[in-house]
Amino acid sequence: MLTFLVRRMIGAVLVCLAVTFIVFLIFIVVPGGDPAQRIAGKNATAQNIINIRHSWGFDQAFYVQYWNMLKKMFSGDLVSYTSQQNVVDQIIQGMPATFSLTIGAGIIWLFFGICVGVISAVTAGRLSDRLITVLALIGISMPVFWLGIVARYYFAEGGVATIFPDGEYFPISENPAQWFWHLLLPWVVLAVLFIGFYGRVLRGNILDAINEDYVRTAKAKGLAPRRILIRHVLRTSLIPIVTLFGLDFAGVLGGGAILTETVFDLHGVGQYAAQSINNFDLPPIMGVTMYGAFFIVTFSVLVDLFYAYLDPRIRPT
Amino acid sequence: MAEPLLEVEDLSVHFATEDGLVRAVDGVSFDLKRGEVLGIVGESGSGKSVTAMTIMGLTRGVNARFGGSVRYAGKDLLQISDTEMQDYRGNEIGMIFQDPMTSLNPVYRVGEQISEAIRAHEKVDKRGARRRSVELLKQVGIPNPESRVDDFPHQFSGGMRQRAMIAMALSCNPAILIADEPTTALDVTIQAQIIELIGRLKDDFDSAVIMITHDLGVVADIADDIMVMYAGRVVERGATRDVFYDPQMPYTWGLLGSIPRLDRPRPERLYSIKGTPPSLINAPRGCKFRPRCPHAFEKCQEEPRLEQRVETPGHLDRCWLDVDFKREHRGAMIAGESTEAA
Repeated sequence: MLTFLVRRMIGAVLVCLAVTFIVFLIFIVVPGGDPAQRIAGKNATAQNIINIRHSWGFDQAFYVQYWNMLKKMFSGDLVSYTSQQNVVDQIIQGMPATFSLTIGAGIIWLFFGICVGVISAVTAGRLSDRLITVLALIGISMPVFWLGIVARYYFAEGGVATIFPDGEYFPISENPAQWFWHLLLPWVVLAVLFIGFYGRVLRGNILDAINEDYVRTAKAKGLAPRRILIRHVLRTSLIPIVTLFGLDFAGVLGGGAILTETVFDLHGVGQYAAQSINNFDLPPIMGVTMYGAFFIVTFSVLVDLFYAYLDPRIRPT
Repeated sequence: MAEPLLEVEDLSVHFATEDGLVRAVDGVSFDLKRGEVLGIVGESGSGKSVTAMTIMGLTRGVNARFGGSVRYAGKDLLQISDTEMQDYRGNEIGMIFQDPMTSLNPVYRVGEQISEAIRAHEKVDKRGARRRSVELLKQVGIPNPESRVDDFPHQFSGGMRQRAMIAMALSCNPAILIADEPTTALDVTIQAQIIELIGRLKDDFDSAVIMITHDLGVVADIADDIMVMYAGRVVERGATRDVFYDPQMPYTWGLLGSIPRLDRPRPERLYSIKGTPPSLINAPRGCKFRPRCPHAFEKCQEEPRLEQRVETPGHLDRCWLDVDFKREHRGAMIAGESTEAA
């Protein structure tokens, strides 16, 4: 088990390194032209560009450039030349909002996704299943930016009633109740898409698992239907959901909820990325890319470990 | 004569499908006595598995239609509720399935799965159930049962998994053990061991056995009676001896001819019954085996009843052919030499 863990972690570090190289290729090598000018931003002075060219080493060999980029990224020296702000500081500032959004939404979408999947699988073909299927498809098809704005209009700006505060993140350390109240709408809006998707996937998994031979064995043993469903059907059907959840959760944690964060003006990492993209501000985009990659890689290791726990067949001996 | 343990009378199982009504089992009747071994033999789609699963209540569903009765201990198993049926499954009637590779849940330890069966029917604590599981694994011949009880199914070989399945099926000491092709998925060397094990354990546990197979050779030694099924019907039934040495249905001859034999000169090719089993939606008129039977004649347009046509009591068949004609002409087919009418 330990060797498995160590091997998996070494692998994770290598993947992160590979991502840095891809970032280097995409942002610096591939576009052509003068990388210093691109990194400097839209309104850079000539002197600025010369300084950047020198400090990033764009006048030297590519491995020197790559090394300089790594140094800047991992020492926390990455600076946005447009806003003169330190990228790492900005990301750290955005993290509480992003983490709060992800954890709350994650709990909601996992819980309701499983409920929706189980209910529609158990009642497969009946009215409730069809109703849920339609609702799930609507949930999957509704774009977040639209749903978010509609939700704000109706529930935060007096369209129906002004129940919720209109956007912005409220730090949990100052007032947990306000924090919760501010985040409830973004949580639900972000979760809606995932609930529909997870419900559909789980429904399919359950309907497959019900036909497995070992479920027939469980019936032949004389177990109660509820026990068969929970212990024998659901247990195996949830294994693929673990992968989905791990990677989706990591994606949102890594700043992937660009739309939700922007619509609700949460000032999280995703919104920071969105603003930087609007401003053609390369250093923050590079920073957020690495930050996101870190979470994806970390969570895929966690998913693998959890998988080994869930499925003894792949458990290393 | 002892009261039969299980009485199946005029059982029919039909499934409504998009293509029409599938008559999987039609008018099957048989008795099973305590300690008896009944072999049900037939090709895929002959209705043998559906018969067994129906006894277990495993074919229940919105599209299933049942007829006749399955009487066990004064109750009709077709009429009782799903909840009542749970008390019979595993407890009164145990079942083992064809493929031991997929019949055990891969994510639970073998011992847990056996304990689960015990605890479904008896008030035993976890440790007691575990002790019983170890004991059962020992009885089915698993070496080191104390440590193997904590193995996962994938750590068992195919033969061991089938042994574990047998341990699970016998865990609550059922009166009836149904074995649905228990050896089909196993190596030939293991097959004989499993059959022998079932034969031994049925005496230890005082259970009756229904052994389902497509291979007459498998049940030759162990079965007291044999029932040959074709297209959802019983086409021949009798004591094992009689069915083997005085088979009355040309279909049975074909099955006998399909067994590779080492004690006879080897035919150029192993015998196979021509054609495929009929559709269960639009079955042929008359005798269902008629389209494939080398001896079919006009009378076969009308379906013969299952009745005794030979001297031996209890030996029934569904064939219009004259008994003496059959005794004279069946030799070639049974020897696997010819598919043509002699």
